[in-house]
Amino acid sequence: MTPDLDRRDRLALAWRDPPGWWGFLTTVDHKRIAARYIVTAVLLLFLAGLLALDMRWQLSWAENTRMGPQLYNESFSLHGSTMLFLVSVPAMEAMALWLVPLMLGQRNMAFPRLGAFSYWLYLGGVLTLWVAHALDVTPDLGWFEYPPLSGPTYAPGHRADIWAQMITFTEVAALCASVNVVATILKMRPPGMTLARMPVFLWAMLVASLMTILSMPAIMLVTSMLIADRLVSTHFFAPAAHGDVLLFQHLFWFFGHPEVYIIFIPATGFVSSIVETFARRRLFGHHVLVLAILAIGCLAFGLWVHHMFAVGLPRLGNDFYTAASMAIAVPAGLQIFCWIATIATGRTWLATPMLWVLGFVATFVLGGLSGVMTASAALDLQLTDSYFVVAHFHYVLVGGAMFPLFGAFCYWYPKATGRLMSERWGRVAFALIVGGFNLGFAPMHLLGLMGMPRRVYTYPAGMGWDALNQVATLGSAIAVAGGLVFVANALLSYSRGAPAGANPWGAPTLEWAGDSPSPPWNLAYTPVVDSLTPLWDSPVLRVMDGVALERREVVVTSVVDAAPLYRQKSASPSIWPFVAALAVTAMFLGSIFTPWAIAAGALPIAAALTGWFWPQRERATTGPLRVRS
Amino acid sequence: MKARLLAVCPLLHGCGGVQSALDPGGDQARALFSLFALMMWVSGVVYVVVAGALSWALWRAWRYRGADSRADGGMTLRIDRRLAQLLPLAAGAIILGLTVLITASFFADRALFATRASPALEVRVTGHQWWWRIQYRDPVSYGWVETANELHLPQGQTVRLVLGAADVIHSFWVPNVAGKLDMIPGRTNLLDVTARRLGWYRGQCAEFCGTQHAHMALAVKVESPAAFRAWLAAQRAPATPAAGRGAAVFQVACAACHAIRGAGAAGRAGPDLTHVAARRSLAAGTLTMTRGNLQGWIAQPQAIKPGTSMPQIPLTPADADAVATYLATLR
Repeated sequence: MTPDLDRRDRLALAWRDPPGWWGFLTTVDHKRIAARYIVTAVLLLFLAGLLALDMRWQLSWAENTRMGPQLYNESFSLHGSTMLFLVSVPAMEAMALWLVPLMLGQRNMAFPRLGAFSYWLYLGGVLTLWVAHALDVTPDLGWFEYPPLSGPTYAPGHRADIWAQMITFTEVAALCASVNVVATILKMRPPGMTLARMPVFLWAMLVASLMTILSMPAIMLVTSMLIADRLVSTHFFAPAAHGDVLLFQHLFWFFGHPEVYIIFIPATGFVSSIVETFARRRLFGHHVLVLAILAIGCLAFGLWVHHMFAVGLPRLGNDFYTAASMAIAVPAGLQIFCWIATIATGRTWLATPMLWVLGFVATFVLGGLSGVMTASAALDLQLTDSYFVVAHFHYVLVGGAMFPLFGAFCYWYPKATGRLMSERWGRVAFALIVGGFNLGFAPMHLLGLMGMPRRVYTYPAGMGWDALNQVATLGSAIAVAGGLVFVANALLSYSRGAPAGANPWGAPTLEWAGDSPSPPWNLAYTPVVDSLTPLWDSPVLRVMDGVALERREVVVTSVVDAAPLYRQKSASPSIWPFVAALAVTAMFLGSIFTPWAIAAGALPIAAALTGWFWPQRERATTGPLRVRS
Repeated sequence: MKARLLAVCPLLHGCGGVQSALDPGGDQARALFSLFALMMWVSGVVYVVVAGALSWALWRAWRYRGADSRADGGMTLRIDRRLAQLLPLAAGAIILGLTVLITASFFADRALFATRASPALEVRVTGHQWWWRIQYRDPVSYGWVETANELHLPQGQTVRLVLGAADVIHSFWVPNVAGKLDMIPGRTNLLDVTARRLGWYRGQCAEFCGTQHAHMALAVKVESPAAFRAWLAAQRAPATPAAGRGAAVFQVACAACHAIRGAGAAGRAGPDLTHVAARRSLAAGTLTMTRGNLQGWIAQPQAIKPGTSMPQIPLTPADADAVATYLATLR
């Protein structure tokens, strides 16, 4: 329903940010924060992509001299660490941060200042890694730095510390973002959106965030143990002192495998949203899709050992992990079934976001099948640490997560900017990226089977690897060119795109109920929901009134059936999240050099948190909630 | 893409080579290749089914193109009921396929690691940054015969490789013979290999182990049992060095790290050089073994393999030449 002007003015007054730089530093608007996340991640995607292209150039000929071993080792370490920790996971969190409140018809996240804090801390991690790179202290041991190679004996200097501490940054940031998403989805759904009426997208974000909360502590623990080994000579991973180098691998992959699904599950949420909208019918098998996501989320914690089949663990254990790993194909296969069934039985419209879904299915299924091969404890002995595995995880992460992310970008771009992206250039970018990617990475399967190990900076002539490597380089270059077209399209459409209107795709979910771009307060009224596809099922959206207009308030509802419980004050802009992130950054960076930084750095952090949580007089007053039609 | 790979399958023998999992020359590699072939067929069928379903869906999308209204509720319900009946079939097909693959994988795994009562020979392979120490259990003296960077295997006999590491984690991988197994400091891994086809193969470290991970290769020769016995006897014998300037310089400049049995050099940090000139390659597969490459390697190790543990020893050209000449006699 259209709000009157007076109402808009009052909301605008309550939800505006301070002007200028102060507003930039203090904002707690989830959309502004998410936009920062996405811009940062896209920039890093570009930089890490250039590193990849440089490495492809180096590998195009045997004995090529473009790079020496040190530069190559730094390049793949920086590429992997950036893509895994600073691009994929944060980009998915950004989508949640942007869309979850909109899809819930809420005015902000459950913890607005925590959202701001998580971005600033993430930025601290980004700067730690890339400023260190500018200063030539680049990590050079890959994106998982196994000891003893990363221990004090074999990795002197601070390269390994930078890597470990960058992880601490991004993991604390990810934990904050995930707690925020979980609390928002469970306690702030609009009245009537019971768990059974929750869109697949929200389920995906909920499960991915819960997985983050459960898996991240493992990697924070293991990188802290590594730092302790390096800084204060503990011997967790020193075999000579009865430490165990495999402990690192277990703890790392206990996080590392769920991480793959933390990246993939949000992508299934994007795909479900896009398929539903462009097939113009309710998703076939909503419950199956939700259960599949839950199943993947549970199984993900039971198969980390498939990254370690070659370390020589007991055979019976390997059989278990083989079966558990292959079992992922059941929920994943059923998801594919549901999406294809929906596409087939709807009135499918092949706009750009839908094309990305098709590219996703065609590519991801290949990654899944090569995943079944690497899941076999026996066969993996020929595949792991070869280019076959490089091909496999790029098919899964790029095909399975980045393609849906690009589709999601095109799909929600009109909501974020109020303008449509060019369809023609969108198709060009799609063709270049999907074609180039497949041309670039399919030959790597064969290279791996022909014996080419990963992470080699060069190879001798006469191995028969040259031609396939050249095709791979060509394909990668085409994909990067497509990426540039994609970004150019997004930038140009920002000012030149056709106005989108509230709901350009005729989509069924609540984020499309309000104006595009969304005003700072999102929707003028709190929507009331009685189906999975509210914008399709009721000609006029039912709404609820009673939430304050003069101050920042949100509605809190019950966990299962989303019955309205109370009105909750929503935090106003504040500089304290920024200050707290600065204090934490100082402590993390200091602890690379001296253990005393942990003690000394605790004081500024305590001061910042005290300022952050200082009680404020203004309180929400409770009052009756009225239902309006 | 997989379909394209399948079409390539008849050409796969063209993808063979001395370091290829597609060209098995031993029992373990053959078992894995059979498993791979099975997986390829199953995967190919699955991909064709998915691609077919997607094409069918797109054909329907094209047929109903331009239809702007949402599907009418009644028809969707009917279709959904039929689809819901198909769903368990899809799940069953996936589970059936996976069961086949898991079973096949289980038996392949057991075949690889079946404990053999008495392997014909025990060989200790130890990974170093960035070379391989190789020690044969001498069937005569029951001591160890040491060499480096070149593994000889008797055809048709099972050899037990005892894998360890001296510094960081490495991984032993000779794809034509067997799958890889990590070499982990503080642990010992056992890998049984049964090579069947005569010839030279190549292995390479498969776990990133630092700067020169790319130059940590291993020459592997499968030879007849008789030839193998003769080779081992030759390796067991001490060197018969010619005394001269080269030997004297070596003793001063190189013997702290390298051993030459029979010449009084007993360093353990670098590879044993007792029969170095009989090997096929130099510096873990970085150079072919020639008199000129030996001298180049002695003179400029950091230029040839940047980061290698072999230091740049300041030798006059005449001394380097003498050492190279001396080493070239160690056959």
